[in-house]
Amino acid sequence: MLEVTGLRAGYGATEVLRGIDLSVREGEIVAVLGANGVGKTTLNKVLSGVVSARAGEIRFDGQPIAKASASSIVEAGLIHVPEGRKIFPNLSVRENLVLGSYRRGRARRAENIERVFTTFPRLRERAGQAAGTLSGGEQQMLAIGRGLMAEPRLLILDEPSLGLSPLLVEEMFTLVRTLNGQGLPIMLVEQNVVQSLDLATRAYILENGTVALEGDAATLAADPALRRAYLGL
Amino acid sequence: MYAPQILIEAALNGLMTGAVYALIALGLTLVYGVLHIINFAHGALLTVAMFAVWGAFALFRVDPYLAMLGIVPLMFGAGYALQRFVIGPASHGSDNNVLLVTLGLSIVLENALLALFRSDTRALDSDAALQVVELGPLLLSTPRLIGFAASLAVTALLWLLLNRTDTGRAIRAVAREKLGARLVGIEVDHVYAVTFGLGCACLAVAACLLMPTYYVNPRSGAAFVLVAFTIVVLGGMGSITGALVGGLIIGVVESFSGLLLGDSLGQIGIFLIFILVLLVRPTGLFGARA
Ligand SMILES: Nc1ncnc2c1ncn2[C@@H]1O[C@H](COP(=O)(O)OP(=O)(O)OP(=O)(O)O)[C@@H](O)[C@H]1O
Ligand SMILES: [Mg+2]
Repeated sequence: MLEVTGLRAGYGATEVLRGIDLSVREGEIVAVLGANGVGKTTLNKVLSGVVSARAGEIRFDGQPIAKASASSIVEAGLIHVPEGRKIFPNLSVRENLVLGSYRRGRARRAENIERVFTTFPRLRERAGQAAGTLSGGEQQMLAIGRGLMAEPRLLILDEPSLGLSPLLVEEMFTLVRTLNGQGLPIMLVEQNVVQSLDLATRAYILENGTVALEGDAATLAADPALRRAYLGL
Repeated sequence: MYAPQILIEAALNGLMTGAVYALIALGLTLVYGVLHIINFAHGALLTVAMFAVWGAFALFRVDPYLAMLGIVPLMFGAGYALQRFVIGPASHGSDNNVLLVTLGLSIVLENALLALFRSDTRALDSDAALQVVELGPLLLSTPRLIGFAASLAVTALLWLLLNRTDTGRAIRAVAREKLGARLVGIEVDHVYAVTFGLGCACLAVAACLLMPTYYVNPRSGAAFVLVAFTIVVLGGMGSITGALVGGLIIGVVESFSGLLLGDSLGQIGIFLIFILVLLVRPTGLFGARA
């Protein structure tokens, strides 16, 4: 589904990604973990075409997309729900969802809005309200809802649980599981290492711009090196 | 004191002029609200559009209202291309550069017009300007009444475009959240260019509505844009409603201060308002608080 090989990227003189190899296969939840500032968000931005790759290859469904525009990547169905939500604060909740299908999924826009409202009843109550006035948790629901409006074939979630209360974090992980259960492959970037490994099929640990550890999520969760480095155990 | 009839006529004349001012301000405020730049070429582009209306009439006898059908799309296209292929690439992402680029553009346009037409003033040699409509005891200038109605109609159309179409929603989205916009597949450069094009299209409509009663020389646009700046500040930078309401208010103020102080001092009222707004309510009537 998604194949990344030898990917390098950065900003100005600083190289952040120094040769990343990674893949997401049909039906998987793949967790991408790593310390703050290691380049997880950068990786997501390169995959969605808003930061350019300096070297390496990205294939989505077999098609090379390393040099593709952000809009054509959305059109292909690789949808990125960014860190910090990045919803449109001056537009209503409904308009945010409508724009989710700006490039893809326009034909079934009305049905999909209904589906998002069924998944997040809170958004239905707030449909006419300016998105900037939503609470942080509601904004996160909206960001995911907006992503779903494009009928993703692969969904990238960058720290969806950031700033949520423990109860909502639990709900968020349940939602990820549900979406995946409906056949949607998901690449999940998270700080909640334990919960992510519990949920994921496979996981990658980034360090110094490369993949330091990778493998089956259950195996990684038991890895003593990982437990020391990330869980303080 | 003045007879009530004179006061009412002054108010109506003010509203009619103000609506066209609003149209000019609308282009300015739209570009500011979305691209976050002040387009210093706005006045020069208005002058270009006014010369185009004049040229179409002088050379081919094209009615200025009919000319809208050609000049509006042309100005939209010119604005789109300017932003996409000149202003955008030349700015390298820095807002200071954009200011300089638009300023440079206005100098180039103005001097090109000076070279072509010298500083002579030109008007349409038709008597359409003299037609009036009788409204009870009031006499209203037909072309200005048309200007009023058309300006309101265009403002309404623009509002519908911004609020009821995907392109409009994309414009509003890009104004506040560029990364989010790119991640739903909106092409920001395209949206910027469409916005700039719409600003120029507003100028084209204004030019077609103005030319039956005004004149044009290579510096005419600048005078209108000075007033438009005041309107944008009064209404609130970036606000469409603000531009309309501000335009109508400024039109009436200009008309009354012209009545009280004479034509040559009429614009003093406008600049008093400008200073007052900056002192009392710098965000304008409808502007978002910073
Ligand atoms: N626009 C930018 N310009 C310059 N440097 C940047 C930019 N964005 C990120 N960086 C740098 O790139 C590095 C990786 O940042 P990135 O946001 O990808 O990290 P992350 O793994 O997502 O971190 P976190 O877990 O805190 O979200 C950081 O050192 C950051 O300072
Ligand atoms: Mg991050």
